[in-house]
Amino acid sequence: MSSVTSPTPQVSLGRRVKRFMSDQPLVPLIILLIALVIVLQILRPGIVNERWLANTVKFSIPLALLAGSQTMTMLTGGIDLSVSTVATMAAFIMASQAAAHGAPVAVLLALLPALLIGIANGIGAGVFRVHPLIMTLGTSLIGAGCLQVYQRTVIATGTRIPDLFTWLGTGVTWGIPNALALFIPVAALILFIQKRTGFGRLLYALGDNEKAARLSGAHYWQVILALYVFSSLLAGVAGLLYVGLIRAPSSLSLAEPLLLPSVAAAVVGGTSIFGGRGGYTGTIVGALILTVLTTLLTILQMPEGARRVLFGAIILLVTAVYLRITEDR
Amino acid sequence: MTSFIRRQSWVSGLFALLVVLFILTRIIQPGYGSGDFGSLARAALPYAFAVAAQTVVVIAGGIDLSVASLMALTSVIAASMMNSASEEYALFVVPFVLAVGFLVGALNGLLIVVTRVPDIVVTLATLFILQGAALMVLEAPGGAAAEWLKASIVGTVAIPGIPESVTAWIPKALVVLLVCLGLVWIPLKRSALGLSIYAIGSSELAAFRSGVSVARTRIAAYAIGGLFGAMGGLSLTMSTGIGAPIPGPYLLASVAAVVLGGVTLGGGKGGLVGPIVAVFILRLMRTDLTLLAIDPNVTSIVEGTVMVAVVMLGAFLAMRERRP
Amino acid sequence: MAEQIVTTQPVLDATGVAKNYGAVAALRNASLSVLPGEVHALMGANGAGKSTLVKILTGAVRPSAGDILIRGKPLDVRSPAQARRAGLVPVYQEPALIPDLDIVSNLRLTRTPVEPFRNWVRELGVPDLDLDDLARDVPLAILRVLDLARALAVQPDVLLLDEMTAALPANLAERVLDVVRRQAAAGRSVIFISHRFVEISALCDRATVLRDGETVGVVDIEPGVEEKIVELMLGARVDRSRPVSASQVAARQPGEKPRLSVRNLSIGTKLNDVSFDLSNGEVAGVVALEGQGQDELFGALAGSIRPAGGTIEVDGRAVRFGHPADAIQAGIAYVPGDRAEALLMQRSVRENIALPFSARLRNWGPIGSQRERGAVSKAIERLQIDTRAQGEVQRLSGGNQQKVTIARWVAADARTILCFDPTRGIDVGTKQEIYKLLRELAGQGKSILFYTSELEEVRRVCDRAIVIFSGRVVDILPVEIADEAALTRASYGLPRGAAADVGILADAAQKGAGAP
Repeated sequence: MSSVTSPTPQVSLGRRVKRFMSDQPLVPLIILLIALVIVLQILRPGIVNERWLANTVKFSIPLALLAGSQTMTMLTGGIDLSVSTVATMAAFIMASQAAAHGAPVAVLLALLPALLIGIANGIGAGVFRVHPLIMTLGTSLIGAGCLQVYQRTVIATGTRIPDLFTWLGTGVTWGIPNALALFIPVAALILFIQKRTGFGRLLYALGDNEKAARLSGAHYWQVILALYVFSSLLAGVAGLLYVGLIRAPSSLSLAEPLLLPSVAAAVVGGTSIFGGRGGYTGTIVGALILTVLTTLLTILQMPEGARRVLFGAIILLVTAVYLRITEDR
Repeated sequence: MTSFIRRQSWVSGLFALLVVLFILTRIIQPGYGSGDFGSLARAALPYAFAVAAQTVVVIAGGIDLSVASLMALTSVIAASMMNSASEEYALFVVPFVLAVGFLVGALNGLLIVVTRVPDIVVTLATLFILQGAALMVLEAPGGAAAEWLKASIVGTVAIPGIPESVTAWIPKALVVLLVCLGLVWIPLKRSALGLSIYAIGSSELAAFRSGVSVARTRIAAYAIGGLFGAMGGLSLTMSTGIGAPIPGPYLLASVAAVVLGGVTLGGGKGGLVGPIVAVFILRLMRTDLTLLAIDPNVTSIVEGTVMVAVVMLGAFLAMRERRP
Repeated sequence: MAEQIVTTQPVLDATGVAKNYGAVAALRNASLSVLPGEVHALMGANGAGKSTLVKILTGAVRPSAGDILIRGKPLDVRSPAQARRAGLVPVYQEPALIPDLDIVSNLRLTRTPVEPFRNWVRELGVPDLDLDDLARDVPLAILRVLDLARALAVQPDVLLLDEMTAALPANLAERVLDVVRRQAAAGRSVIFISHRFVEISALCDRATVLRDGETVGVVDIEPGVEEKIVELMLGARVDRSRPVSASQVAARQPGEKPRLSVRNLSIGTKLNDVSFDLSNGEVAGVVALEGQGQDELFGALAGSIRPAGGTIEVDGRAVRFGHPADAIQAGIAYVPGDRAEALLMQRSVRENIALPFSARLRNWGPIGSQRERGAVSKAIERLQIDTRAQGEVQRLSGGNQQKVTIARWVAADARTILCFDPTRGIDVGTKQEIYKLLRELAGQGKSILFYTSELEEVRRVCDRAIVIFSGRVVDILPVEIADEAALTRASYGLPRGAAADVGILADAAQKGAGAP
């Protein structure tokens, strides 16, 4: 008896598609991205050039950062709907404090509410086991209320975006967006956490099979608490970058339009909303796809409403198809 | 009999809390009168319908995240249809909008049953889809409402033979609410379908073994939830006179009031009375904070915190029940 | 009487029933024929296919093949409601009353008439029932009686009772058996599933015995039939296994503290006053029929369930586990019977094996310590796990998956491993490897608690067999005498040898003992 038994010899088409998708999730995504760019070029010949490329990357980065929060939380089967509020809060607080206290202090102050909301989310979802969706929605509403109150109290000070963030947000050096100087280290950190740390392993483990993780000695609440704090801080950083890009520091719904796309980018990027599968590389491509798709829809003069319908339908469709593919265990 | 009292003790407690809050309100604002109560009832109307929608679905063991978006959609449909239309046309608009809500709810249920994607994901997706649809109907707040519809929730009910000092405390909005909910809920609760909804929420396996068609019951629960959601959308148009495509804060409020009203998030428990009383408690609390001259934004923070705390408590209790 | 029965048409006649779940056959060729006015026992060891057959008969699952005739007419049961209408009403082990509805509503849900129900409830020995009580608030034993009364109230042609007396106190059980007998006397049929020979010989007319998804015999119940049934359940299997030789059992120093010492452990109604020791270097087998409390025992030792009473000592120190992490800290690892419970199906073999290394807060940092990599690779090598399909554990064969669940704790160097039926549904070759591994681990001084549903494994692997029945340790057999027959008898609560007296069975037991 040979100890090495061959895996199932007969492989159905569905199974083969599934294996291909899970072994090489990036290939179909990149093909889709290229296809979208080609369609864009056909619709508007000449639009695809160096400047467009830099712009697309620039606008993809804040989205990719927020989608990073969604990716991390989705790995455990959760979601973080407070990211847009956290990002907006961070942006507004930073802009309003920078004038008085200077950029470094302002950044620290800006990340404080992100930290608090992350802790609240983590305790709600990890200890009390509120569904993360409801919990993060709740803290998001509270955060928005706090921001309104805060806005009234600091109305006199005025806002200023530190040069660093303007440089990061809008600047382009030798055709390459400066935002990459922030994004590449952050993305590398996320990827490192996901692939090379014990914490990252536990994220996948909890999302794949909470019971198995528990039987191996993992404490659910510890992981979830740390996860939502990280997710929230990441959203805060995204907000700082985004305000440098948009340069509308007094807007109280700055990052709101990014919420739905951030969820969609993670789902399109191959991260399972049920947890246990996916990764940040796919999400980055997903964010690029959504940015290009948005450009395309703008060119097609599709209204905002239709765009939301489309994105919602994409989330549902991708999830349902994913479920079908993985069901034949 | 004792078990009946015990089961109703939560709702009785809520009523007591409501009375205490009323007394508190009178202490804060001695002039708080029937007129203020009327506006409270009017303000509570959309919340109450949102909560009713959530209640049915939660009792069936699910959750509906799309309720606020459905209200926005039905509200803008109603407002845009009634825009510069005749008063009588509204007689057609109302049943049409209710049917839309019912069908959208049924679609939610159908998607959950057919795709086997969890309810929370399906209704999250439909939340976005319905929101987009609402924006496609009306890009900015607008439209109109028939005068008789608007009037139907303003003022009080005059009942011959009862002195006005009493009827002044019976605002039309409250009557509309109770009639609409009662017309659906009371027959439902007495029907086999109502029993089945409680059954699948309480224990899907036991319900299946008792011969309940779980899939059909689930779709029906979401459809009824959709119907209540449409009533909520109509009530928004009725009270504001227009339709707004951006959903209000009704989702979290509905979940919080459901939990506060004694309906466990796991399903199978509770009724409609508790959550409706809970809505009035939450609204009155807001009134009190306003009367105390607290910044309205601070009020929303307090309100949000209370709601989140309530939901956390509910989740905690549900967890304790799962692990005895 | 026998001739008279043969001439009547069976009220329920199922033939050639089969059910496949993917490639796994839960039921191959089962048949069951029930005559009017008969109490018919359905028997079989764990995994023989009883529960699958019950699910098919009651419309909970659809068969892959086979015919079911009711009163000679073919019937296609697609749902429990349809089975009910056809006159086949089951009473399951877990009550089917909706916990959050009161009794009246529960009756209304199944369209059960109230008055007959009330009469049956009284008949069954529950005088003061408030129909407005929530099912949730009714004690489990009473709930089972209510479930039975609800079934009786619709006057079913065939009543299917699954372990009906399991959670009942003696007086209620008596009443239930009495009612079943009268039901048969009134010309109705009962399918009676039970592990208790006492009840079966007192109550049933015939028994159908299942083994490995097939009906292997239908016997008339008469004195001494227990031996025949046990024989049928075991089949023609020859006991090829060699008992573990004494040299394999690690010599125990006198006075050495046992690795694990369980005293008077009890959990709810499931486990009662269980005591035993587990020594270093020992493999102790746990033998029990399904649902006798073994799940709870393993859960308590693994830190998943908090016991209601009793103590657990590790190396002589009393411990209390609040989380599996506590048990792991004490060197006790649990390998659940269901692989889906233990594995991260979408993750790689290495990640699965290395999972315990990252579990603790202090190990959340970067992975890559040589120790971990080495330990994982060594475990893979030692268990000869096929890692070609590394990407996802769900692509491995069942045997390889099972190896991964054990390899995890070999890599983590757990001192005590609780294995819950680790060889269920895997190929023979892998089984042998697992046996060898468990013995090797014991040879290194590890201790292993090994629940198995395949009794022959006891002789291959274990040093002793602890037999549990109805939540109690009923016997502890040294491996020398723990053959399949002895274990089967013990696990049905039958006494070892002929000495003990258990009422109805005393005759049969004496007869059996008289022969040699």
